Amino acid sequence: MIDKVFSLCMWAAATVVLCMFSWLIADVLIQGIPALSWEFLSSEPLRSGREGGVLPIIVSTALILVVALGVAVPLGLGGAIWLAEFANKESRLFSVIRMTLDMLAGVPSIVFGLFGYAFFCGFLQLGFSILSGGLTLACMILPILIRTTEAGLAMVPNDWRKAGAALGMRKTTLIIQVLIPYSAPAITAGLLLSIGRATAETAALIFTSGYVDRMPESLSDSGRALSVHIYDLSMNVVGGDKAAYGSALVLIIIVVQINFSANLLSEVWLEKKVARR
Amino acid sequence: MNKPRPFEGKTYTLGSIEKGEHCCEAVPHFSIRDLSVSYHGEVVLSDVSLDVYKGCITALIGPSGCGKSSFLSVLNRLSDLIPGEHVSGNITFEGQDILTNNIDVRALRTNIGMIFQKPNPFPLSIYKNLLLPLKEHGVRDKKIQAEKIQQALESVGLWDEVKGRLDSSALALSGGQQQRLCIARALILEPSVLLMDEPCSALDPISSGIVEDMIQKLAGKYTIIIVTHNLAQARRIANYAAFFWMQESVGQLIEFGRCQPLFDSPQNSLTAAYVSGAKG
Ligand SMILES: Nc1ncnc2c1ncn2[C@@H]1O[C@H](COP(=O)(O)OP(=O)(O)OP(=O)(O)O)[C@@H](O)[C@H]1O
Ligand SMILES: [Mg+2]
Repeated sequence: MIDKVFSLCMWAAATVVLCMFSWLIADVLIQGIPALSWEFLSSEPLRSGREGGVLPIIVSTALILVVALGVAVPLGLGGAIWLAEFANKESRLFSVIRMTLDMLAGVPSIVFGLFGYAFFCGFLQLGFSILSGGLTLACMILPILIRTTEAGLAMVPNDWRKAGAALGMRKTTLIIQVLIPYSAPAITAGLLLSIGRATAETAALIFTSGYVDRMPESLSDSGRALSVHIYDLSMNVVGGDKAAYGSALVLIIIVVQINFSANLLSEVWLEKKVARR
Repeated sequence: MNKPRPFEGKTYTLGSIEKGEHCCEAVPHFSIRDLSVSYHGEVVLSDVSLDVYKGCITALIGPSGCGKSSFLSVLNRLSDLIPGEHVSGNITFEGQDILTNNIDVRALRTNIGMIFQKPNPFPLSIYKNLLLPLKEHGVRDKKIQAEKIQQALESVGLWDEVKGRLDSSALALSGGQQQRLCIARALILEPSVLLMDEPCSALDPISSGIVEDMIQKLAGKYTIIIVTHNLAQARRIANYAAFFWMQESVGQLIEFGRCQPLFDSPQNSLTAAYVSGAKG
């Protein structure tokens, strides 16, 4: 009896989630597709985005992401590997670092925005720029990236570390040849989670990379991210709804595309190295 | 060749010694003196002194928790991996004190292979499991690699079973095959010692028999130290036996000597009680 009620509840919950999700996607598709055209993708916005397209905004988004990931991925991977494989897990430093990371991962993005504004724009004198925005996003996703990667590595059975050590192998060889490839799915999932958060970010970017909607000429130019554009169109621009939906669709397509390629890359580069069964 | 070991008509659980006595000379390979091991200040093994003889099989027996695994992992310094473990005493191995800080631990571990209770092949293909340690130790020539890999697989009787699927995952092998692969992986580095921590206890009786036969074949060529809870097995394969026991929750070496006398006419009453099955 209890089993039945329970499974019914679970089933209902799953259905609700699925319905909401489909509704959301359908809404964006129905309203976004009419806005989408080659012209929309390839021209600059006019009249605050009511007309014209989103090309500079796509470019800015891409640049911000490249900066953020270019900084966060090497640091995150390195940090996670250090924490999982080299740090002394019984030391105080280790638990302090982990607690700090957990706290940082939960800090609202607006706080990172203010920090980025004060530190990158102000202190480092980078101004409102793609660089400031990218670096701010890097700070924001770094804790998530480190913790997910570390959790992925922690899932790998200790047996292989012992086997490697007992064979007189270097720790680095084992990490590169066995541990990282084996935990690649978990690491990729963490990376995608981070990318998802980065592309969805609005608050932190308004303060740092600004909202100039012209084509950026360098990383020190201000650039408007897609999420900021959508926010601006739907909140501040009367009659911007159509373009907002079009931009939202573009954003979804980009995120799906990134997901797809990241999984593919992880399979081709890393997972092929291990033979699970 | 690897026939399962039949139960011979005897009802006595400990079979006769098929091997031993005269197969090896008493030349110490490891000289262990006053070895103590503690975890976070809690002593689990104290004042162990014994010689492990070259080319012989030495069995470590004793109840659970008396420090056999801890003892074994000190011999190849795998104990370094465990935070909070502290080791004191002296171990001379091939003329070198291996408990000092300035020895080359990687070289030591290359020379001392270790087999674990749970078979732990890497999640790689069968071939790569053997290739990885080879490459790591500088064997770059593809032809030599292939030769060595075939040799290693042959020496554990696995070649005929897996030669057609060297590229499939090692994790798809049976438990016994995985364990033999792990032994091959240790042998491929041409060690002089093999440490085995209950290598058969996770295996079914037939695989266990196959692995046991193999260990016997390796005797003489390698110095083998094997931990086992299977007294009949210890008796069948070992030349020497060391009996560990816990006194006031501290592991100690109670008796050490030739295998047959230790089982048949133990000097210590604890040993007598343990090998007769009255205690432990
Ligand atoms: N990493 C560790 N940290 C703390 N204590 C440990 C650790 N490993 C082992 N011990 C303790 O040391 C003692 C000896 O353990 P060990 O594994 O060496 O015994 P054993 O003789 O191999 O037992 P078994 O036959 O069950 O394998 C036990 O009391 C155990 O609880
Ligand atoms: Mg043990």
